[in-house]
Amino acid sequence: MPATDLYATLGVPRDASAEDIRKAYRGLAKQHHPDLNPGNKTAEERFKAIASAYDILGDTDKRGRYDRGEIDAAGAEARPEQPSYRGYAEGAPGARYRQSAGAGPDMSEADLGDLFEDLFAGTREQRSNTPRRGRDAGYMLTIDFLDAVTGATKRLALPDGKGLDVRIPPGIEDGQTMRLKGQGSPGRHGGPAGDALIEIHITPHRFFRREGRDVHVELPISLSEAVLGGKIMVPTPTGPVTMTVPPRSDTGAKLRLRGRGVAAHGGQPAGDEFVTLKVVLGNADEALETFLRGWSGGHSFDPRRSMMEGS
Amino acid sequence: MITIETLTHTVSGLNLDDLRRWIDYSWVRPDGQPGHYRFHDIDVARLRLIVELRDDLGVDEAALPVVLSLLDQLYETRRHMIRLRAVIETVVPEDVRGRILDDLGDSSRSPQE
Repeated sequence: MPATDLYATLGVPRDASAEDIRKAYRGLAKQHHPDLNPGNKTAEERFKAIASAYDILGDTDKRGRYDRGEIDAAGAEARPEQPSYRGYAEGAPGARYRQSAGAGPDMSEADLGDLFEDLFAGTREQRSNTPRRGRDAGYMLTIDFLDAVTGATKRLALPDGKGLDVRIPPGIEDGQTMRLKGQGSPGRHGGPAGDALIEIHITPHRFFRREGRDVHVELPISLSEAVLGGKIMVPTPTGPVTMTVPPRSDTGAKLRLRGRGVAAHGGQPAGDEFVTLKVVLGNADEALETFLRGWSGGHSFDPRRSMMEGS
Repeated sequence: MITIETLTHTVSGLNLDDLRRWIDYSWVRPDGQPGHYRFHDIDVARLRLIVELRDDLGVDEAALPVVLSLLDQLYETRRHMIRLRAVIETVVPEDVRGRILDDLGDSSRSPQE
């Protein structure tokens, strides 16, 4: 096996600085990285050589041993082989990162037939009356947070002026794609129509937040509600309900309203609403000041103690 | 499929802040919700590639979306080509395949500037 000169592999002189070596490696790696050159065997081999040269020359200790002849080019440890990106991206999983319009994680690869439609259109008309399925049509539909939680029927305006009623199931997620069978382009020669693929976008709510099937809300309560407890009205996606705040509740306390999250649907039970209390002082008046001055319990409590310990 | 906890051990040089940001930018698209992400093999390999582009090749984050978008287009085109090859192999009769091969080898038929 001919001895390879690692300096020649990276194209740097023997007295190159560590910085020069790093720069040379970066430049060559950008050019030959196999994931940036899929299907190019030469680039792949070249990248392997560059990477193992850099493994030695990029490490001061190993470089010294190489210069003194203690290790040779073949002594470079082979890099552990990680599964390459190109291996996945060229196969079926690659469709997860496709760019075409209307792309969604649940969709199959674009109908490659579309690419050849123009090319073969004439031929097909003349030669064959084979039934052919119509094309899928991609749309986007933006819906309100509350419609996504409770479910709703929305009308989607189509480019041809017609409308399409879309039944949004409760609990739909942002970015999810709905498939409406037979609502795409009509088929030819008796073939079935394509499907409509509708990508759903959900606008955020002013104070509700979703986590899966649960809804979260931060609820301001007054000082007296917090200390004395009582019944208060709480907004939920389907309208306000009454909730009991236990006496001596504090900011951050979490209460659950069972079944007030995403509505039950398709065998899935309803989600819950989680209410996180936040004590709001409001208008403090002289009476409160007077009371607090005379209140001994208020002076013995230090809420910041844990932050000061050990710092 | 693996979780976010396993991921930081599998992909060296990856920290959670980077990961969350990249998911926000849709550079990586795991299944599931924040707090319950599940990563496919391709997501892991893509993360490894992004880290490599940034740390080894010095592609800064501002340029990464351009690189990723071009790569995604490149791989989509390659998937089309691979599928087209498969279709030609199975559907097109041998004599026509021979003619395709002849024409592809004929440089006078390649697109001219």
